Order: sequence, then structure tokens, then C-alpha cells
Amino acid sequence: MPRDARIEAADVAVYFPLYHGSSRSLKKMVVAAASGRLGKDQQQRIVVQALQDISFTLHSGDRLGLVGSNGAGKTTLLRVLAGIYEPVAGRVRVEGSLNALLDPSLGMNIDLTGRENIALRGLYNGLPRSALPQLERDVEQFAELSDFLDLPVRIYSAGMVVRLGFALATAIRPQILLMDEWFLAGDAAFMDKARHRLEEMVRGAEIMVLSTHQTEIIQTWCTRVLWLEKGRIVADGPPKTVLAQYLGRPAPVSPA
Amino acid sequence: MTTARNATLDLHAVMSVRARNRLALWDIRDGLRLWRLALTLGWLDIRLRYRGSMLGPLWLTISTGVMVASLGLLYSRLFHMDMRDYLPFLALSQVLWAFLATLVNDSCLTFTESEGVIRSVRMPFSVFSLRILIRNLLVLAHNIIVIVVVFAIYDRWPGWDAVLAVPGLAVWVADALALTMLLGGFCARFRDILPIVNSIMQIAFFLTPVIWKPEQLREMVYLLPFSPFYDLLEVVRGPLLGTPASAMTWLATLLYSGALCGVAWAFFLRARGRIAFWI
Repeated sequence: MPRDARIEAADVAVYFPLYHGSSRSLKKMVVAAASGRLGKDQQQRIVVQALQDISFTLHSGDRLGLVGSNGAGKTTLLRVLAGIYEPVAGRVRVEGSLNALLDPSLGMNIDLTGRENIALRGLYNGLPRSALPQLERDVEQFAELSDFLDLPVRIYSAGMVVRLGFALATAIRPQILLMDEWFLAGDAAFMDKARHRLEEMVRGAEIMVLSTHQTEIIQTWCTRVLWLEKGRIVADGPPKTVLAQYLGRPAPVSPA
Repeated sequence: MTTARNATLDLHAVMSVRARNRLALWDIRDGLRLWRLALTLGWLDIRLRYRGSMLGPLWLTISTGVMVASLGLLYSRLFHMDMRDYLPFLALSQVLWAFLATLVNDSCLTFTESEGVIRSVRMPFSVFSLRILIRNLLVLAHNIIVIVVVFAIYDRWPGWDAVLAVPGLAVWVADALALTMLLGGFCARFRDILPIVNSIMQIAFFLTPVIWKPEQLREMVYLLPFSPFYDLLEVVRGPLLGTPASAMTWLATLLYSGALCGVAWAFFLRARGRIAFWI
């Protein structure tokens, strides 16, 4: 049995350099360096402060919800926790197996058949060959593509692609689950089934971090909420208090 | 139930050189562990390029064969050379050079062509380097058929000297990985490197004895070992033609390769954590 999962972020900051137009050009950099303007140029470079002074610790059992307006840094924070963006300041430590549901079509190749895509995903996740039949069965059962599984993804309907992507992403169970909000979108009939599978996955994970605009989901699933605005933490606490602040009114009573 | 791999991630903004070295080494180690992924991606790159065509990747062999045959006919006449002597040289040179040139050009796209994956999952960057290397090795394997056919027609087998090409190939592999790291990162940051590299390789093709023979330089031949392109080509081509590379060529190859690997590693130490922001 692996040890307990844990996430620790201390004073994390991430800046996005905005490389556009001239800052992408080698010539401009060389000319600037030669004329002694490099330092100035770098100071004048436009950076977006995507995250600043982010500190929190999560232990096994924690379910963290991220709220905030568009561009507040929710997805960036998920990417930092997933190890995709390395912090520019501070440190982040993540202990435990991890699955980040960020991109619905991660590594999917539309020229390959559904079955080949399943095998490819197994490789991306570094699964041993022996784990493949299990993965294939699981995805096959959930995605309900029947004969289409052996046809190229190119000819799938949009709904079928979503089903395959969702089935693939949720087939691998982690200790730490990071989830972006797109995962909660989909057509109604599929959503019922998808939600059931997702809930099962969330229950199985020791730590979950979820970014969403849907406050009802946060109320049912989360034990703690982080409210981000312009890359900074505005509020951090139990869902009831933070959501009340966030919405500027008492949170609606959860239907569940 | 399929479970994810267990792992610990510990990332600091301020790192000592030792910590940077460790993370870079782990990247290589983890990339090598994912060799089956790199192999599959490299193979898919080729298979999907010829998707739907009847001959598939055999087109690689055919187009190289046609090219070598027509160039051979033309240049043996232009240079007044015997086909029996010239064509095996040309077939070998052309195939090996195509490998080197495509590899250098592909290196520029190492990370940018995998942008989607890099931005949605933490993946060792060396996987993408291996993918480029494997893709090009597979193309080379298809083109070797042309060399074998030409050698068979003119009965020009190199004999046991050919074994000496193996250390040359090992240097190629090391240099290829270094180049993908260096150019892959550099081209992600500076978008005007790619056209520069493309034109350098174009010029290098004419300045390197690929379609012409070194001895045609006459008294200028002593200059050749100064060209890294010539040295690298010769350490593999020489043994296969039955004329193993000189000590001078080997020395230059090792010097150039050492410098390349050193620069690439120093760059990768600094760039590894930034590549995701650049692409």
C-alpha cells in the first residue's frame, strides 16, 4: 500500500511571459544585447502574473474546490500541481500517484482506431503491457462504442469522441485527482452515467482538486474551497463560508 | 481497476545546479523507461504519413531509389565517373545525409509538435527526443534497402571494415539526442531559428562531399576535417565504403560531438522547467 497522498504549495508564483511579435525574434534579442539594452528589454517584457503567493496544504481526505472568475488562475494552478508548469517562485510538493483531467483529447490520434487509442493511452501512462486488457475492457464497457471501437476516431460523431475521451481519462485511478471544469459538461443522458463514474473515481481518490463554476458541485463534493482572483487567494475555508463570500449571498441549499 | 503510477513531485523555483542536474537526469531516465511510447509514436508518425497508400512506408524506399538512380546517371556523366565506382558512393552518401539533414530539421520541432501533450500532462521531455530519433532511424532502415540493392548490383561489399561504422552510429545517436534537446528548446523560444537551420542544412549539403567525392577537392582536401558535417558523415560512411575514417576525422568528430553534448546539456538544465511556457 503506498503512503498517504499529500500536496503542499508554499508561496507559489507563476508568471507567463507573453511571447508575441518581436520577443520571439532572435534578431531583436541579439541586437538588443549588442546595444546593451537586453536588461531593459527584459524588464519591459510583458508578463502575466498568473499565480502569486499561493500557499496551502492538502492531506488525504481533502476535497478542494477552486472558484474564481475566468482567468483567475484556476487551470494554471491545476497545471502547477500536475507538474506541467514549474513555479517561478516558491515550491510545490506532491506525494502520491496523480491523474490530471485537463484535456479531454489528451494524446488521442484521430487517425487511429478507438482500440489503438486505448493502447496508446496505456503507453502514455507507462502501464505495463499486462494492464492493457483490463484498460481496454473498462473503456469498452463505458464508452459503448461497440463496433466503432475498431474504426478510426476520425469518423466518430462528436458525442462518441467525448465518450471515448471521458472513458480513457477516467479509466486510470489515482491517489490525487485533478479535474478541470470541462469534465462536468456533456449531454444529459451521458452526464448521468458520467457523473456516476466520476463520483466513483472521486470517492476512490485520496485528494481531489476541482476547478468549476458550478457551486452545487462544490457543495456536494468539496470539503474546502479556495477562491482565486487575479492569481491570488481571496479566501480559503469550508465551502459554506467561502461560497457565501464568493457569491455575495448565502449559498443555496444543496439538493442532495 | 487500472491505477496510476506512484510518484513524488518536488519542484522548487530556486534550485542549485545539483538539483537541476538531478531533475534533468531523471527526465532522461523516465524518458528511457517510456521507450515503448517513444517507439510507438515514432512508428505512428511514419505509418500515418502514408495512411491509405497501398505501398505505405515503402514509398520512402522507392523515392530514395529513384532519386539515387537519376542523380547517379546525371552526375557520373557530369563528373566523368564510372557508375560502378560512383553509384555505391552516391547511394550510401545520399541516404546517410538525408538521415542527418532530416534529423537536424526535425529537431527544431521536437517540443512544438507535441505542444498538446506537454500542456496537459507531465511527461519527460526526453520522450519527444527519442520519438524524433526513432522516427528518423525507421526512415533510415527503409532507405538502407536502396544501399543494399546498389551494393549487390555492383558487388561492392565493404567486408569486415563495416563493423567500424558501429561506433560512428553510436556518436550519431548521442548527437541526435543532444540536438533535439538543444534545437527543440531553442526553436520553441525563438521562432526564427527554424528557417535559419533549414537554410544552413541546405548550404551544408552542397559544401559537404555528398554527391561529389572528397578527392575532387584535390589540394584543398585537408580542409574537410574542419567541417563537422563531413566528420560526422565520414565516421559512418567511410567504413561502409571500405575506407575507415582517419584518426584526424575521428578526433574532430569527438571534439565537435563533445561540444554539442555539453552545450545541449547546459541548455537543457536551464530550459527544462521553461519549455512548457514557451510552446
